[in-house]
Amino acid sequence: MVSERTPVRFYQVGSFAVGNRLVALDQRSAQSDPERANSLTSGHRACAGCGEALGARYALDAAMRATHGQLVAVNATGCLEVFSTPYPETSWRIAWLHSLFANASSVATGVAAGLRAQGRSDVRVVAQGGDGGTADIGFGALSGMFERNDDVLYICYDNGGYMNTGVQRSSATPPAARTATTQAVGPHPGNVFGQGKDMPRIAMAHEIPYVATATVADLFDLESKVEKAMTFHGARFLHILVPCPLGWGSLSSDTIRLARLAHETGIFPVFEAEHGEVTSSLPIRRHTPVEEYLKLQKRFAHLFDKNGEVKDAETVAHLQALANRNIERYALLTEEPS
Amino acid sequence: MQRQIEGSQAIAQTVAMCRPGVVCAYPISPQTHIIEALGAMVKKGELEHCEYINVDSEMAAMSVAIGASAVGARAFTATSSQGLLYMIEAVYNAAGLGLPVVMTLANRAIGAPINIWNDHTDAMAVRDSGWVQLFAETNQEAVDLHILAFALAEELSVPVMVCVDGFILTHSIERVDMPEPEQVDQLVPPFEPRQVLDPDDPVSIGAMVGPEAFTEVRYLAQVRMHRALEVIPELAERNAEVLGRPATGLLHPYRIEDADVVVVAMGSVLGTIKDVADDLREEGVRVGVLGISCFRPFPVEQVREALAGAQRIVVVEKAFSIGYGGILSTDIAMAFTGQTVPIHTVVAGLGGRPVWAASLRKLFVEAHEGRLADTVYCDLNTGLVEAEIERMALRRRSGPPAENVLRDLATQTGRA
Repeated sequence: MVSERTPVRFYQVGSFAVGNRLVALDQRSAQSDPERANSLTSGHRACAGCGEALGARYALDAAMRATHGQLVAVNATGCLEVFSTPYPETSWRIAWLHSLFANASSVATGVAAGLRAQGRSDVRVVAQGGDGGTADIGFGALSGMFERNDDVLYICYDNGGYMNTGVQRSSATPPAARTATTQAVGPHPGNVFGQGKDMPRIAMAHEIPYVATATVADLFDLESKVEKAMTFHGARFLHILVPCPLGWGSLSSDTIRLARLAHETGIFPVFEAEHGEVTSSLPIRRHTPVEEYLKLQKRFAHLFDKNGEVKDAETVAHLQALANRNIERYALLTEEPS
Repeated sequence: MQRQIEGSQAIAQTVAMCRPGVVCAYPISPQTHIIEALGAMVKKGELEHCEYINVDSEMAAMSVAIGASAVGARAFTATSSQGLLYMIEAVYNAAGLGLPVVMTLANRAIGAPINIWNDHTDAMAVRDSGWVQLFAETNQEAVDLHILAFALAEELSVPVMVCVDGFILTHSIERVDMPEPEQVDQLVPPFEPRQVLDPDDPVSIGAMVGPEAFTEVRYLAQVRMHRALEVIPELAERNAEVLGRPATGLLHPYRIEDADVVVVAMGSVLGTIKDVADDLREEGVRVGVLGISCFRPFPVEQVREALAGAQRIVVVEKAFSIGYGGILSTDIAMAFTGQTVPIHTVVAGLGGRPVWAASLRKLFVEAHEGRLADTVYCDLNTGLVEAEIERMALRRRSGPPAENVLRDLATQTGRA
C-alpha cells in the first residue's frame, strides 16, 4: 500500500538508471533506448546487485554499437556464463560461444582467424572472463593472445575471487580479504599480502595497442573505453572492477557505491594506456580513506570492531599504502582533495 | 602422382589440398614436420585463405581450432602424446560442441618415463572423448584417411582424429600416390556448418545443460558416431572411385576367410603382422589378419562378422590399461560376448620398441598350438623387472624405478 504522504512518482525520472521505460521517449535515458542491443537481456540468474551482469551488459552493448552489431563474443566459464545460459533461457542476444574456463582468449583468436580466413573483416571479436579465468587459469593463453597481437578485445570482469564456485581466493583477491580459502582466522586472517597480479600492467608489458581499466560506477567512462578499444585493431585489454555482493559480503544496493569508493580511495586506479604507455587517468574527485571502502564489506570485517572502528590498524595502513602507491603511479590526485 | 615422400610431408600436402581456413601449430615431436610444412605453404602463399597461428600451448591449439570452426572455418591441427593430454579438456569440448575439427595424432608414448617414440597410449587416453579415431597402416592410408576425415567431420559435425604412428610413418620416406587437387576438391566439398556464429543470426554455442537434458545431448553424440559407421564406408567407396585405388574404410581384413588364428591390430604394425601371416601360411598354419582402421566409433557388428570363422583371436596392442590389460582386446571381447573363442592380448611396441617378426611368429605359433597366455608383454626383459621387484622387496627407499632399470640394463649389456 502506498502511503498518502508518499506521492506516486515515475521511476527515477531524469536519472541515468536502467529503467525509465515509463517516461516519454524523448525523456528516456540512453540505457532504455529501444535501439540498444540488449546483448545480455533480462531473465538471467545473476544475484541482485551483481556488478558483473551490469558491467557485461554495458560493455557488450557498447561493443555492439561500435561494430554496428557485427560482433562475436567468447566467454570463459564462470559466473557470467553460468547465470546467463541454462538451456533454453540463454540471455545472449548476440553470437556467443562458451568453450572452457582457461581458453577464452585462444578461442577468440580462433574466431578472429576463422573470420579473417573467410574475408569477414567487418566482424569483430570480444572475449570475456572473470579474474580467475583471466589472471589464473587463463593467464598463459591470454599472454599468448597479447604476444601475437590477435585482433581481440579481452574484457576481464574482476570481482576478486572465484565467486561461481563459492567465493574462493584468486590471484586477484585483495590482501587481507576473507574468502572460503583465505579464512578470517589465525594470526594473519584473510588473504596474504603478496605482490599481487596486476593484470593491466602485465597487459601493458606486452605493449599491446590499448589497455584500460573501468568500474561499474562510471558507466559512461566504461562505454567510452569499449568504444575506443574497438577503434584499434590487435590485442586490447579492458579490466573492469565489478563488486560482488555475495563474495564481498556487501549490500546489493552498495554495488555502485563500492565501485566508486574503489576508485576514490585509489584501491582501483582507472586509467588508459596505449602501446605500453599510460595516456590518461581518471582523477579522484573526493579522495576517501580506504577504511570507508573496507568497512562496507564483510570480507574485511575482521579489520574492524563491533562499533565499526578500525581494530587492525596495521593492516588497514598497509592497504592504504597500496592505494597511495596507485595514486602516485597514475597521478590520480591532480587537485587538492575536497 | 607417385611420389617418394616423407609421411609428414604427404600428410601436410594432403591437408593443404583440403583447403583449411585455420591451421594452428604448437610443436611436439614427432608431429613437427607436418605443421612446419603447412606453415611454409601458407607463408609462401601456396595455401590461400588460410590463417596459420603459432599458439602458446596445445590447449591453445585446440581452442583456436574450436573458435575457428564455430565461425565456419575449416580448422586443422596436429599433436602427439603429452600435447594431446595437455589439450584434453579442449579435445572433449570440441566433441561436446559438435565441431568438425580435424587433427593428426602422430602417435607417441605418454610419460613418465618421458619417451618420444611410438605407441598408442595417447590415442587410447581420448578414446571416450567423442572423436572419431582412424588409424593409418601406411602413409598412403594416412593421405587417404585425411581426405576422408574432413568429409566425414563436416558431414556429421564431429571432430576426427587421424592416428599415424609417430616416426614409423611420420618420418618414413616411402612411395605414396599423391592425389591431385581437383580430386580432393571433388571429395571434400566446401564447409557448410550445421552451427555457426553469425552476428546476423545469433546463436549461443556452449550453453550450460543440466540434468534435464544432458543425457539427451550426449545420446545425440552417440547417434552421430553410429552414423559414422555408415558414412565411412560410403566415403571410402567414393575415395576409391575418384582416386582410382582401394580405399580404407572401417576394417581391412587380410587372408581371413579360412584362418584359424586371426590377429587383430591397428596402425603400421599390421605390415609386419601380414608378413608373419604369409610365412606361417606357407608352413600350413592358417593365420589371418584384421586391421582396425576405425577404432572410434568401434564397428562391433563388422568386427563380429569379420571374425566369425576364427578359432582363436590374438590382439596385438601398442598400449594397455594399467591395472587391467588390453584395451582393443576388451572391445573385441565385447563383440564376442556369449561366445567361447579364446582372445589373447599381446602388448607390443611400447615406447618405440621394435616389434620383431620373429617375436610375433613365436607368439602366433603358440596361439595356434593353444599355448599362449591370456596377456603377453612381447619381448619383456624379465631379468630387469625381477631385479627391480626384488629391490623393492628388500628396501623401503628403493629409488626411482626408471633409473634403477636403466642402471641394471647397462650392467646386463656390459656397458656399466
